[in-house]
Amino acid sequence: MPYRVIDSFEVRYLQIVDEAGNLDESLFDGFSEWLVRSFFERLVLSRTFNSRCLSLQREGRIGTYPSIYGQEASQVGSALALDAKDWVFPTFRESGVLAALGYPMELLLRYWMGDERGMKIPHGMNIVPMSIPVGTHIPHATGCGWAMRLEGARAAALCYFGDGGSSRGDFHEGLNMAGVFKANTVFLCQNNQWAISVPRTRQTASRTIAQKAFSYGFEGIQVDGNDIFAVYRATLDALNRAKRGEGPTLIECFTYRLDDHTTADDASRYRDPGEVEEWKKREPLLRLRLVMQRMGLWTEDYEKEVVKHSEEVVDSAIEKAEAVSPPEPSDILIYTSHTPSGRQRRELKEL
Amino acid sequence: MAKANLVDAINRALAEEMERDERVVLLGEDIGRDGGVFRVTAGLLERFGAERVVDTPLSELGMVGAAVGMALWGLRPVVEIQFMAFIYEAIEQIFSHAARIHSRSRGRYSAPIVVRTPYGVGIKGPELHSDSTEAIFCHMPGVKVVVPSTPYNAKGLLKSAIRDEDPVVFLEPSRLYRTIKTELPQEDYTIPLGHAEVVKEGGSITAISWGTMLHRTMEATEGFDVEVIDLQTLKPFDEETLLNSVKKTGRTVVVHEATGFCGVGAELSAFFAELAMLHLRSPVMRVTAPDGVVPMAILEDHYMPSVEKIRRAFEEVMNY
Ligand SMILES: Cc1ncc(C[n+]2csc(CCOP(=O)(O)OP(=O)(O)O)c2C)c(N)n1
Ligand SMILES: [Mg+2]
Repeated sequence: MPYRVIDSFEVRYLQIVDEAGNLDESLFDGFSEWLVRSFFERLVLSRTFNSRCLSLQREGRIGTYPSIYGQEASQVGSALALDAKDWVFPTFRESGVLAALGYPMELLLRYWMGDERGMKIPHGMNIVPMSIPVGTHIPHATGCGWAMRLEGARAAALCYFGDGGSSRGDFHEGLNMAGVFKANTVFLCQNNQWAISVPRTRQTASRTIAQKAFSYGFEGIQVDGNDIFAVYRATLDALNRAKRGEGPTLIECFTYRLDDHTTADDASRYRDPGEVEEWKKREPLLRLRLVMQRMGLWTEDYEKEVVKHSEEVVDSAIEKAEAVSPPEPSDILIYTSHTPSGRQRRELKEL
Repeated sequence: MAKANLVDAINRALAEEMERDERVVLLGEDIGRDGGVFRVTAGLLERFGAERVVDTPLSELGMVGAAVGMALWGLRPVVEIQFMAFIYEAIEQIFSHAARIHSRSRGRYSAPIVVRTPYGVGIKGPELHSDSTEAIFCHMPGVKVVVPSTPYNAKGLLKSAIRDEDPVVFLEPSRLYRTIKTELPQEDYTIPLGHAEVVKEGGSITAISWGTMLHRTMEATEGFDVEVIDLQTLKPFDEETLLNSVKKTGRTVVVHEATGFCGVGAELSAFFAELAMLHLRSPVMRVTAPDGVVPMAILEDHYMPSVEKIRRAFEEVMNY
């Protein structure tokens, strides 16, 4: 008996607008002027927040901070595809997602100052505290999307992680289970080509991260992560499929980390600066601007105004964050459990 | 003799062991080209090549599990976990396999691996970068747990850990990486595992500590007649040195930065209660962190046992 092919798969790639600003008319659908302006405004806001954080860190006003520079389209584009009922499972590198969703920036700043209260998510926002151990939150998004399915909710869970995260067991277990139970979950991997100093080629021998979905029985797609239109479209489609009960999707946003891993890192030790320069030419704001020019939505004055407004928003958040008085030492204990133990009660007196 | 910090000392121990024994290989995240996020493995990739200094995928369980397999084949893997809290996924491999393989195979196999990781509070790092959960590892039969407190003992202890036939969890106090320097002999010396060091002699109180807190304990001794013991190996600990000291002093204070509940201090306290009851003139006191989640930067100083807190414990045992 000859060998037979019993299964095969294709990995699709989505790009709607290329680096030169050329767009695919057939795919450029449903992008209202209002939506395109929000892309731009949230992208500028998240970039402004990010660059302010980098300066604050240099001035010693916040702690170690992970930059999102270069990844804003992946973050803002996907965040804007969410509904209020959806749940978000971010990592530490999701300032752009949080900024786009309107997470209070003063809280995010408090968090990076080293204050747990910064992750006290306001009521009405279904965002989970960012995951610090890489990839470990992936099964949570599976469980949340699974529960949504069990209850017939028209909602989905969106889980962010990086290329490095795809190497963890949690990734494989989370995706496998999501496939088995057809969870209402969308897994969004920002493949920014690096996990600190380890290049993507060291994380997996497979050609894409997207294709891993097929081994768990659902669709994976690679998207130009610097094309905000493609990211939005792919995320929205995946969220909608999940909400219709059609199961999970893995989206690989192919993007690039233009800055150091965090402010504690020095990428010049391990990364060719030429590579960074190449990717700078593909950074997401450039092509968004080109599309907006074509749509008649962009002028220099408009951009100046958006930048100025963003700076005002961020600066006032910084002011608010810095005016907050420090947490009480007793906070170390009082949230540990719902009711304190005898030992904790004694320790509380000493704090 | 040249002085060196903890980072240099560990780097030299690794280099010397790799030089001495070809079977020693290093696995970790960012340990190669980057030289480690704390620079502990700087220069080792260049010196020993990418087959012995290996940047792995981001996979703690994979690294430790693969290390067990490498050890079965005959290599001597040393795994770096980037921060202690990221070891948790690998616990299954440490507990269910590395720790038991010698027993399960009734001595045929063993897992001579070292899992090194920076640990502890005091560097105002991000969330989950400050855990000190050494007691969990001490609880598991078959695992050895070592904590250096100086560059000098780090080098000697790490060499012993690498040469040891059993799995060793080697915890490097990140706060000490660059804050203290000691003389570091060039020659090959080792400090045996299971040996505690009397770092200051005294007659009235035995203070036992390790890692970062050893230095705070030393600071707290002024005006008290304290014998300070650096435990160095938390498991198996040096029973003889501890008993000899407590027979002399009759009072014991254990200082650790981990939370007290089920901490290593609890084990030491039970040890004295069982084996030295009649020598004790006061209850064994523990100075530890409270039983709460390790806080982020702003509250960190309130969490760490302070010098005053240690001094209060000294007063208390003296006045008992
Ligand atoms: C389980 C775990 N291991 C190691 C680390 C240390 N660490 C923080 S970020 C990072 C790299 C993450 O790479 P990737 O998943 O690609 O995300 P990116 O940082 O590129 O956004 C590492 C190794 C961690 N936080 N968690
Ligand atoms: Mg990455």
